[in-house]
Amino acid sequence: MTSWAPHTPAEIDEMLAFIGVSSLDELFRAVPASLRLATGLSIPDGIGEPDLMAYFQELAAANAPIGRDLVCFAGGGAYDHEVPAVTKALASRSEFVTAYTPYQAEVAQGVLQALFEYQTMVARLAGLEVANASLYDGAHALVEAVNLAVAATGRSAVWVSEGVNPRWRENLITIARARSESHVIHIVPLEQGVGVTSWSTRESSADATSEPPAAIVVANPNFLGCLEDMERASALASAHGAELIVAFDPITAGIIESPGSAGASVAVGEGQALGAPLSFGGPYLGLFACSMEHVRRIPGRIVGQTVDVDSRTAYVTTLRAREQDIRRERASSNVCTNETLLAIGAAVQMAWLGTSGLAEIALRSARGARYCREALLGIPGVRLAATAPTVREFAVCAPVSGEVIVDRMLDEGFLAGVALTREIAPQGFEGGLLVAVTERRTRAEIDAFAAAFEKAVSL
Amino acid sequence: MRDQRSSFERAPAGGRASSAPVLSKGDEPTIFELSVPSRTSWSLRNTNIPEYPLEELVPAEHLRSTPPDLAEVSERDLVAHFTRLSQRQYSVDTGAYPLGSCTMKYNPKVCDAIAALSGLADVHPASPPSCTQGWLRLFVELEEVLCEITGMAAVTMQPAAGAAGELTGLLLMRAWHESLSSRRHRVIIPDSAHGTNPASVALAGYEVTTVASDSRGCVDLERLREVLDDDVAGIMLTNPNTLGLFEEDIIDIAAAAHDVGALLYYDGANLNAILGVTRPGDMGFDIVHLNLHKTFATPHGGGGPGAGPVAVSERLVEFLPGPRPVRLLEPVGRQVAPLPHTAGPDSAALATRDSLPSAGPDGTNGQTSHGYREGDRFGWSTPERSIGRMHSWHGNALVLARAYAYILANGADGLRRVADMAVLNANWLRKRLRGVYDMPYDRPVMHELVVSAARLRKLYGVKAVDVAKRLLEEGFHSPTVAFPLIVDDALMIEPTETESPQTVAALAEAMERIAAEVAEDNGAHDARLAPRTTPVGRVDEALAARKLVPTWDLRERQQTAG
Repeated sequence: MTSWAPHTPAEIDEMLAFIGVSSLDELFRAVPASLRLATGLSIPDGIGEPDLMAYFQELAAANAPIGRDLVCFAGGGAYDHEVPAVTKALASRSEFVTAYTPYQAEVAQGVLQALFEYQTMVARLAGLEVANASLYDGAHALVEAVNLAVAATGRSAVWVSEGVNPRWRENLITIARARSESHVIHIVPLEQGVGVTSWSTRESSADATSEPPAAIVVANPNFLGCLEDMERASALASAHGAELIVAFDPITAGIIESPGSAGASVAVGEGQALGAPLSFGGPYLGLFACSMEHVRRIPGRIVGQTVDVDSRTAYVTTLRAREQDIRRERASSNVCTNETLLAIGAAVQMAWLGTSGLAEIALRSARGARYCREALLGIPGVRLAATAPTVREFAVCAPVSGEVIVDRMLDEGFLAGVALTREIAPQGFEGGLLVAVTERRTRAEIDAFAAAFEKAVSL
Repeated sequence: MRDQRSSFERAPAGGRASSAPVLSKGDEPTIFELSVPSRTSWSLRNTNIPEYPLEELVPAEHLRSTPPDLAEVSERDLVAHFTRLSQRQYSVDTGAYPLGSCTMKYNPKVCDAIAALSGLADVHPASPPSCTQGWLRLFVELEEVLCEITGMAAVTMQPAAGAAGELTGLLLMRAWHESLSSRRHRVIIPDSAHGTNPASVALAGYEVTTVASDSRGCVDLERLREVLDDDVAGIMLTNPNTLGLFEEDIIDIAAAAHDVGALLYYDGANLNAILGVTRPGDMGFDIVHLNLHKTFATPHGGGGPGAGPVAVSERLVEFLPGPRPVRLLEPVGRQVAPLPHTAGPDSAALATRDSLPSAGPDGTNGQTSHGYREGDRFGWSTPERSIGRMHSWHGNALVLARAYAYILANGADGLRRVADMAVLNANWLRKRLRGVYDMPYDRPVMHELVVSAARLRKLYGVKAVDVAKRLLEEGFHSPTVAFPLIVDDALMIEPTETESPQTVAALAEAMERIAAEVAEDNGAHDARLAPRTTPVGRVDEALAARKLVPTWDLRERQQTAG
């Protein structure tokens, strides 16, 4: 057994005697005898650190990680961007790692100030005034944004572009189903072959009889990597007095029009690309920013700057009356534990990149994607599944399905992309392949990728 | 007079330890004040990709007019800044953290090392199953041990935190009732419950019915029966509850719930106290959420990440979120007959000794040393009546890996020792503080105790929060303040099992000293001024809310506006 409880047998005896009981078992006398495990848990006894590490190395060896085994061309909401040593080092400072939620501000200025800086940077990325101190992931941020819009407008219809990440949409629908009176989700399909939201279906149906939406939700770039017509989405939202919720990407935000300048009142996003490893999908980082008018409806924690008794600058979690521990069933959200450590890592990563670095990785990703796209389109039988402008990610069709391509390319050392399977593909895009190219992909890798791709798509 | 200094002489210095607590109590400038236009830290791969101009890549109407303004600092100043911030932060690695209900135990470093293994950390979540067999096995094995620990039939790993687990559990509850064509509207919660419980109930589309605790601090069974009817979808309980007390009537509570067709929900915040002693499944719970960042020692990261897996009884398995990691082949090996306490329709099929890894070399019968046949395969499967998805991907995988490592390291014997030592520490502290602080529910506790500062407030004007702030000066993180709500001016203290008897004794001494001091001249006054030895003094929370400054830009704007 490995135990991190330090008590010696003598100390245990002394403590039991002081308490006035004769055994450890007696401490549990409130537990009815019929409920006590007679022989303990039926799992193996503990093991030491070397054996533990060996076992997990064995598990790790049974995976094919990026870097060691595979070159990554997959995205779909999780991206292989640069994570420098400095981000890893600072985000693993044990004072950050092993702290709890900053309930006692006087001894939590480190986490609080880091979150204040994170909020500032996320607000700037989103082009909005205020950001919260993080949510679980992109899907969670979307759900909270929709809840905010429904509460703010008192309406129930929500028009969600099918270009929003399908897993996020599924999370939204899972939760909305429980409140079907207040949350009515309408999915707006993508234009076939083009890949941007086909708002015309909604523009024409928007007559006096249909209920105006609480929110219009659009992703830019969307799940297929396409840039949406934001002017049109914004005009539609304005025409209905609806909130415009934009799912944005923090990396392409270096060069792409911000949600705020496109008219969004709420921006949500997945922050994994800001310094977190791919991590098999978690923990990730839900980005959430909004305009000041919604600040009292923001889900979760917000850090504010204030002063201490001696008028020194200090930070504290604020507008606490929105939160679950105070307001209980009338809280703006149930979120308590969030992704603070990932947010601190993202703040470090954004400061490491700086103004020029974020634009640079966005530009380099776009260049790599262009180079890769041209190489793939030179292969007989390969064409774009969606023709709208893209930045870092694009969808292609080939004579064989995306699933088959991914499978065949594994042996060549590539994670070729995210297959647009029936479960996740927007309607009409089934069978395609979503390819992402980050600033980490070299010309040599892309050339080799294209060569392997040509082999993989031959029938 | 004109300032003759260079522009950089007027800005804060990045490499000057103006704020390190060992040196001074100066403010730490924000990263934005350390920023100098055109300074950079970034360093990227040389890719040799053609340098297409931006205008050729993205149509002008989609472009941002200027890049988002981020800090522009050297790597050296970046490291200095965040390192200094870390020095203004209390943590478990710094000292004891007896924050009630949060189980701030020591987080083993080996678990961090495991989570950093490239074969775990660098796996893309959309990789095909052939590339993720290690991860899938880890998920399946963790599910099996969590089933055994909780006495449940299956677990979803998707919820990212306790509150997400609650919402998942309530959606499962709703799906269950709907499958029986039963429309129910209410969920019962004791008045001692965590705030997330009622908030999650509202999010799941239910109404909250609060039931008062009895004079012993437990659910009042009679009052519970009065509000129980066939409109009640479920009851959410924490056991031991937030007073640190075991709900002794739990068998009757379960029966009362089940009699009206309601489900019983277990909030796992306090599972640490009963590891290996008893199990929610045996008590009659139908749904259990776990806080891996509490019970299973994954670090809390200053507020997250956590992981909130949800375990369910057999009848709810078909509703679990999907896709779920599953074993495609049955494990070989000797099937151990269920132990007496696991006998029952819900648990017999799961978690036999041979299906779990063991450290001993055992290469016989074509098995690996971990009880698996070489050919064991793992994949994904979505339950037939799944409620849907509760995470962008599969859950907080690296947190799950840490928790599984913690469980395997402790093993059955170690987990029982966790509960034993946690309860030992709490009861020792309770005995020690009796008579010093009021204990409104004065009986043996499990893993935590709740004391009241009401008497200090009435006699000396010293509140729980003042005691908490004084404890910071004494070198301890403070207990949870003003919770649970049913105790006047509560201090909720959870020492956890990883604090030594010496540390627990020092905490007791500090609390005794504070109680004695406030009765003396100026003592109460000093307590209300605490803390004075921390990086900042008592923080003006009211100002923060009244004059909201959530970003550096709003601060600048407000200052400009005067």
